[in-house]
Amino acid sequence: MPEPSPRPTGVDPTLVGRSYAPTETYEVSRAKIAELAAATGADHPAHTDPDAAWALGHGDVVAPPTFAVVLAQRAEQAYVASPESGIDFARVVHAEERLTHHRPIVAGDRLRTTVHVDKILRRGALTLVTTRAEIADEADAPVSTVVSTLAVREGDMPEADG
Amino acid sequence: MSAPVRPVLADLEVGQELFRRGYDVDRDRLVRYAGASGDFNPIHYNDRAAHDAGLPGVIAHGMATLGLAGAAVEAWAGDPGAVLDLGARFARPVVVPDPGAAAVEVVGTVGSVDVGAGSVRVDLTVTCAGVAVLTKARALVRLA
Repeated sequence: MPEPSPRPTGVDPTLVGRSYAPTETYEVSRAKIAELAAATGADHPAHTDPDAAWALGHGDVVAPPTFAVVLAQRAEQAYVASPESGIDFARVVHAEERLTHHRPIVAGDRLRTTVHVDKILRRGALTLVTTRAEIADEADAPVSTVVSTLAVREGDMPEADG
Repeated sequence: MSAPVRPVLADLEVGQELFRRGYDVDRDRLVRYAGASGDFNPIHYNDRAAHDAGLPGVIAHGMATLGLAGAAVEAWAGDPGAVLDLGARFARPVVVPDPGAAAVEVVGTVGSVDVGAGSVRVDLTVTCAGVAVLTKARALVRLA
C-alpha cells in the first residue's frame, strides 16, 4: 500500500521498546474493591466480606479479576498522554485487553506499575498500540501483567473495528 | 454469608456449558463504573460526546463489559482469586440507551482442561442483542 501524505498527528512508531518509570505507590482499599465489584456485577462475598475472603485463604477482601486495569490505565497515561506518543486520545478506541494474575490483588496491597510500549502496528487507517503494564508489590514481586491494545484512527474513516 | 461451592476439575468436559448469566447495562452502571475505574471518557455517559466521536450513542467501557464476564466466571469458580488470566478483544460496542438498558449475556463453556496444572480454560461468549460484543474472550481458572 502506498503511504499517503503526512498527517497532522500520528503515533510515533519509534517508541517501541520504551519503558516508563514506575508510578507512585497505589494502596488498594476495601472501598475501591467494593466499588469496582458493584459496578461490574461481581457479587462474590469475598469482595466485601473479609471472613469470606479469609475462608478462601486470602489475606483480605479480594479484587475482581479486572481490577488491575484501574492501575494499568493510570500508569499507561504516562505514555498515552505524553506529547511524544503522538496519540490523539479523541481518536482512540480500546481494541483488546488481557490480564494475567501472578497472585490475586487484595485490600492493603501497595502496588507500583511500570509501563512498557511493546508493539505499534500500522493497519490501514488504524494504528494498533500495545502496552504492557507490570504491576508489582512492595517487595517487587510480580502481581499482575496487563496487556492493552488501543486502536488509534489516523485517517478520516469514521468507524473501524478493533 | 457462605461462599459458593467450588467446581471440581475432574467433572469437566471440553465443550460443556458451565454457566449463563445476564446483566442489564444501564447509564447508572456506566457512571458507577466510571467512578470506580477512574475512566471518565465522556463517550460513556454523555450523548453529545458520543455522537461527536462518531458513535451511535453512549457506549459501555469495554472493560466494564469484560468485568461482567469476569464476574460470571468468578461466581462459577467460587473464588475470585482463582481467575488466573482473563482477556478479550472488543469487537463491537455495547450501546446503552436512556431510558432503558442493554442486555449483555455471558456464556461460559469448557475450552480445555489441564489436569497437570490444575486449571481449566473457560471460553466466553459475550453477546448483546444476539451480537458478539467481545471475541476471543477466555479465562484461565485454577481448580482443585
